[in-house]
Amino acid sequence: MGKIFFYAALALVVVSGLIFAPAEAKLAIHPMDQFQVSALFGDHISWYTPTNVTLWMALAVAAVFALLVLGSSRRAIVPGRAQSVAELAYGFIYKMVEDVAGKDGVKFFPYIMTLFMFIVMANFLGLIPGSFTTTSHIAVTAVLAALVFFTVTIVGFVKNGVGFLGLFWVSSAPLALRPILAIIELISYFVRPVSHSIRLAGNVMAGHAVLKVFAGFAAALGMFSFLPIFAITAVYALEVLVAFIQAYVFTILTCVYLKDALHPSH
Amino acid sequence: MEGDIAQLGQFVGAGLAAIGSGAAAIGVGHVAGNFLAGALRNPSAAAGQTATLFIGIAFAEALGIFSFLVALLLMFAV
Amino acid sequence: MASNTQEAAHGGGSAMPQLDFSTFGNQIFWLVVALVVIYLILSRIALPRIASVLAERQGTITNDLAAAEDLKAKAVEAENAYNKALADARAEAQRIAAETRAEIQAGLDEAIAKADEQISAKAAESEKAIAEIKAGALESVKAVATDTADALVTALGGTADADAIASAVAERTKG
Repeated sequence: MGKIFFYAALALVVVSGLIFAPAEAKLAIHPMDQFQVSALFGDHISWYTPTNVTLWMALAVAAVFALLVLGSSRRAIVPGRAQSVAELAYGFIYKMVEDVAGKDGVKFFPYIMTLFMFIVMANFLGLIPGSFTTTSHIAVTAVLAALVFFTVTIVGFVKNGVGFLGLFWVSSAPLALRPILAIIELISYFVRPVSHSIRLAGNVMAGHAVLKVFAGFAAALGMFSFLPIFAITAVYALEVLVAFIQAYVFTILTCVYLKDALHPSH
Repeated sequence: MEGDIAQLGQFVGAGLAAIGSGAAAIGVGHVAGNFLAGALRNPSAAAGQTATLFIGIAFAEALGIFSFLVALLLMFAV
Repeated sequence: MASNTQEAAHGGGSAMPQLDFSTFGNQIFWLVVALVVIYLILSRIALPRIASVLAERQGTITNDLAAAEDLKAKAVEAENAYNKALADARAEAQRIAAETRAEIQAGLDEAIAKADEQISAKAAESEKAIAEIKAGALESVKAVATDTADALVTALGGTADADAIASAVAERTKG
C-alpha cells in the first residue's frame, strides 16, 4: 500500500514537472530573497513598523502559547498528545539546565526555556514553504546571544565578585604560561556571543539558501525538474533535524556558559 | 563575460572561503566518529555524553559557519 | 555596504538582507517584544501549570504504588489466614477421626470381651455335658461288661461270682 502511494507521488512529481515546466527555462537563483524584511503595510520600515518579522514572531509566540498553555489546559493525569509534547519539552530543558548548569541554575530555567521555545518554534515555522525565518537574521540571533552574554557576565560578577575573573586565570597551568592563557581565555570569552549568534543564523540561513538554490535548479531543468525536487526533499528532512539541533545547541551552550558563571573554578 | 578584476577577486575569494566549510565538515565527522568509536567500546557511558557530543559538534561547526559567512560577505556585501 | 549591495550586480543574486542595517531596529524591537511575551506566558502560566501537573502525576503514582503495596499486604494476610484455617480444619478432622477410632476400638473391645465370655461359658457348659455323658457311658460300659461276663460265665457252666466279675470288669475297664 505504501509502495503504491510512493510511486503515485513519484509519478505526480514527474508529470507536474512536465506540465508546469516554464516555457523558457532559465537559471534564476535568488537564494537570499527569502530573507528580505518587508513591511506588511506600505513601504517604509521604521523600528515599530509591523513587518513580516512581526508576523512570524507573533506566530512563534502563538505556537508557544498553543503548545504550552492550550496543550496543558486540561491538566490531565494521563496526558493527551499536545500535553505530552509540552511535558516532554519541559522535562527536556529542565533536565538539561539541572545537569549542565547545576542545581542553582534551575532558577534561570524560565529564561532558558523562553530562549529554547522561541528558537525552536521560529526554526520550525521557518520551514513552512513561503514563510519568513526570523532566526536566520544575525540581528535577531545577535540579540539572543548578547542577552545570554550579558546575563552570564552579570550573574558571574554578582555571584562571585572579583573571583569570577578566576575563570581567565588558569591556576592549574605553570605560572609563566598563565598570562598568555588569560589572554586566550579572555578572547575566547568575548568570541562566545559571536559564535553563539553566527552559528544559529548561519545554519538556518545556509539550509534555507541551499533549498532555494535547488529550487532554482528545478525551475531551470524543465522535464528533469524532479531530480532537484528529490534533493530538496532530502535537504528539507535534514533541515528539520537542523532546526531542532540548533535550538538544542543554542540552549545547551547557554547552560554551559551559565555553569561557568555560577562555578567559575577551572 | 564582463566585469572587473575586483569582482573576479571577490568570487575567487568566496570560493576559497567556502573550502573552510569542507574543513569544518571533516572536523564534525571527526567528533562524531570518535564519539561513536568510544560509545561502541563503552555503550553504558555513551548516553551521558551526548550533550558533550553536541557541544563539540557545535564548536567544530561554528568555524565552518564562519568561513561560509566570509564567503557570503565576499559575494554580497563587499 | 548597503548601497553597494542594492545594485544586485552579482550574477542574478541579490544582496544579503541580513546585513541591511536599516531593518535591525525593527527586528530587535519585535524580537524583544516576542521574548518578553513568551517569558511572561511561560513564567506566569505555562511552567507552573506543567510543573503542578507533573508533581500531581508523581503524587498519584506514589499513592497508587502505596495502595498497591497495601493491597499486596492484605492479600498476604488473607492467604495466611486461609492457610491457618486450613491447618486448623485438618487438625480438627484428625482429632475427630482419632476420637472415633478410639470409640470404635472401645466398643469393639467390649464386644469381643463379651463374646469371649459367652464363648467360654458355653464351652464350660459343653465340657460339663460331655463329662456327664462320658461318665454315663462308662457306667453303661461297666454294666454291660458285668452283664456280659455274667452271661458268659453262666453259659460256660460256671457259677458266677458277682464280686469276682465286678473286680475283673473294674480291672479291665480301668485302662
